[in-house]
Amino acid sequence: MEFLTINLLNGISYGLLLFMLSSGLTLIFGMMGVLNFAHASFYMLGAYFAYSLSTVAGFWVALFVAPLLVAVLGMAVERFGLRPLHKYGHVSELLFTFGLTYVIVELVHLVWGRGAQPYGIPPELSGPLFTVFTTEFPAYRAFMMGVALLMLLAIYLMLTRTRIGMVIQASLTHPDMVEALGHNVPRTFMLVFGGGCALAGLAGVIGGNAFVTEPSMAAAVGSIIFVIVVVGGMGSLSGALLASLLIGIIQTLAVALDYSLVDLMALFDIEIGPMATGYQFLSLTISQLAVALPYLLMVLVLIVRPQGLLGQAEG
Amino acid sequence: MTQATQKKTNSLLAWIGYAAALIVAPVIFSQSASISFLCQMGAMTVFALSYNVLLGQSGLLSFGHAVYYGLGAFGTAHAMNWAGGDGLTIPLVLIPLVGGLTALIAGIILGYVTTKKSGLIFAMITLGIGELVYASTHMFPDIFGGEGGISTDRVYGAPFLGYNFGPQIQVYYLIAFWLFACTLAMYACAQTPLGRLANAVRDNSERVEFIGFSAHWIRYLMLILSGTFAGIAGGLTVINFELVGTENVSLALSGTILLFTFIGGASYFYGPIIGAIVGTFMTAVLSGYTAAWQLYLGVFFILVVLYLPGGIASLFDRTSSAIAHRLVGRIAAPTLAFGLALLITATGAVMAVEMLYHITLHGADGPVMQLLGFETDTTHYLNWLIALALTVLGGGGIRAALPGFRDAWGVVNQEREKQTQGAAA
Repeated sequence: MEFLTINLLNGISYGLLLFMLSSGLTLIFGMMGVLNFAHASFYMLGAYFAYSLSTVAGFWVALFVAPLLVAVLGMAVERFGLRPLHKYGHVSELLFTFGLTYVIVELVHLVWGRGAQPYGIPPELSGPLFTVFTTEFPAYRAFMMGVALLMLLAIYLMLTRTRIGMVIQASLTHPDMVEALGHNVPRTFMLVFGGGCALAGLAGVIGGNAFVTEPSMAAAVGSIIFVIVVVGGMGSLSGALLASLLIGIIQTLAVALDYSLVDLMALFDIEIGPMATGYQFLSLTISQLAVALPYLLMVLVLIVRPQGLLGQAEG
Repeated sequence: MTQATQKKTNSLLAWIGYAAALIVAPVIFSQSASISFLCQMGAMTVFALSYNVLLGQSGLLSFGHAVYYGLGAFGTAHAMNWAGGDGLTIPLVLIPLVGGLTALIAGIILGYVTTKKSGLIFAMITLGIGELVYASTHMFPDIFGGEGGISTDRVYGAPFLGYNFGPQIQVYYLIAFWLFACTLAMYACAQTPLGRLANAVRDNSERVEFIGFSAHWIRYLMLILSGTFAGIAGGLTVINFELVGTENVSLALSGTILLFTFIGGASYFYGPIIGAIVGTFMTAVLSGYTAAWQLYLGVFFILVVLYLPGGIASLFDRTSSAIAHRLVGRIAAPTLAFGLALLITATGAVMAVEMLYHITLHGADGPVMQLLGFETDTTHYLNWLIALALTVLGGGGIRAALPGFRDAWGVVNQEREKQTQGAAA
């Protein structure tokens, strides 16, 4: 029970962090059809900006300023990189953002060096929040969950209750009509791209000190968030939420489970020795499989439901 | 009619030239380091060409092509070790086929799901499958060698025509032979009905479905085909290095080959050859000189995506048509001016980047560094001023030279279009 509760909580907080990342990605994709390969790089930039800002002005300033800086960068990328490429199609845009990942990671090397940065949790949030049976649940994890949920609420309210949200939703399906009504659709795209990057940046601010702020942090989550977008359904925000939580929980639980098929068989009094055929496969523990599980899930979803969990089937 | 004959002769000449270049290359670059480098280049060329079967010919952008390359490499390494033991013995000259076969099987298994969709979804699925296979390689250290990889020995069995392929130069000619054979085979495949259909699927898959073909099956077959050649490339790499590790399956390598192929020019058959040569050169040589080589490679790639979507091959193509239309005089001066401005900007930017890198990475060794052959003090403001001035000056030069440059090449493009229209009429 204790094991399940604590791992579930950890899984949810990790899943919510993944959602902060994948929500921006799926928003940008849903609106502009652009697959931002550099999305995780903006996450990394958020963490590094936050680290540098927190040494000067403290964590709370960084929490608000770093995502804004990332948003400005994102908007610049959209304005000067993606917009001219729009006429060549989405594959060119994807290639551009792919090249950007190389450049951003090298710029991080250039400015901050190759090692990990000592970006720590602010003292107000360190320490345990409550104790489940005997295990302490860190306050910072709860803070992460809170920020993610607030952000989810904010996006939802903005998209459905505000004027700019209406314009965004309308530009998704009827860009020409929205343009004809006098709205600047390219500028809306730029704002959405910047906004999506800001979400990634925010995830970096709170994920950078929960995990490690290092140049390889973008590559570590890069592929996972693409998997989430595919599993949830391309462009579906609620699908991204579902898939993020699913993958967050599955991965956290799997890492903690040190059992294999051999152990399962042993429960039924079937002994399998190292000499048996396929022992290598049977003796793999679930924790060893944890890295591959999100990708297995993706393949499974693609076979059973190609449009993703909450995606809409084509035409 | 004469034009068609002319074209045939030209193409035959190109193939003869290609073969001659492969034969002569190690005679010119005869140091042992450069021969091993040429071997690496040869394997990468096969890999890049196989990648372009997907990207250029079928319009499929894959982020997981290293899966087939890597699995081919592992298959080859195991076959070599069995042959070295007392299992079935496949002679070394044919061993790359084992790599091809391994990748073929992998392609049949993995390709069906992968190729259900095209475009961005295909890209993401290949990424996911790539990660899946990469993660799996770490789970089975007995098959994939774990951290250390699997080592093998290429000298085994009876010598082939008196060659035992111990010396690097013999390995080079083996790789060159396979490179030539694979290039020819891929070129031939592109001319088959399947190759033509793949082009059609790339351009308009809906119309292909209308005339009764399954776009999914065409993509599937092309993926298997391209995977097979990637597996052969993996086999060649194993022969060269006698070692294969899990990094050969990694996402990083898939990205690298995409970079190379696109830089070379995906819309030309010979583009990937140029890309592999330039890319391997940049990776191997540039990384010896500067820590920032990946930055340069990335920036170069972005510039190609933005301003030269046809890659380096399109430069050759346009220059040769300028020569054919006797427009060299018209384009020479504007191109030179533009190139000079570009060079000045690049020099300034490289200076700044190198000095920055020195400060972050080698700041402890003192402020003085070797920069373009000069002793440079990274703390002196004058050096930064020079870098800035060069960048700005070059930037201004680019702005000034751009209109003339565009006009001149616009004339060449017009002539080209006239010719293609004339040929069509």
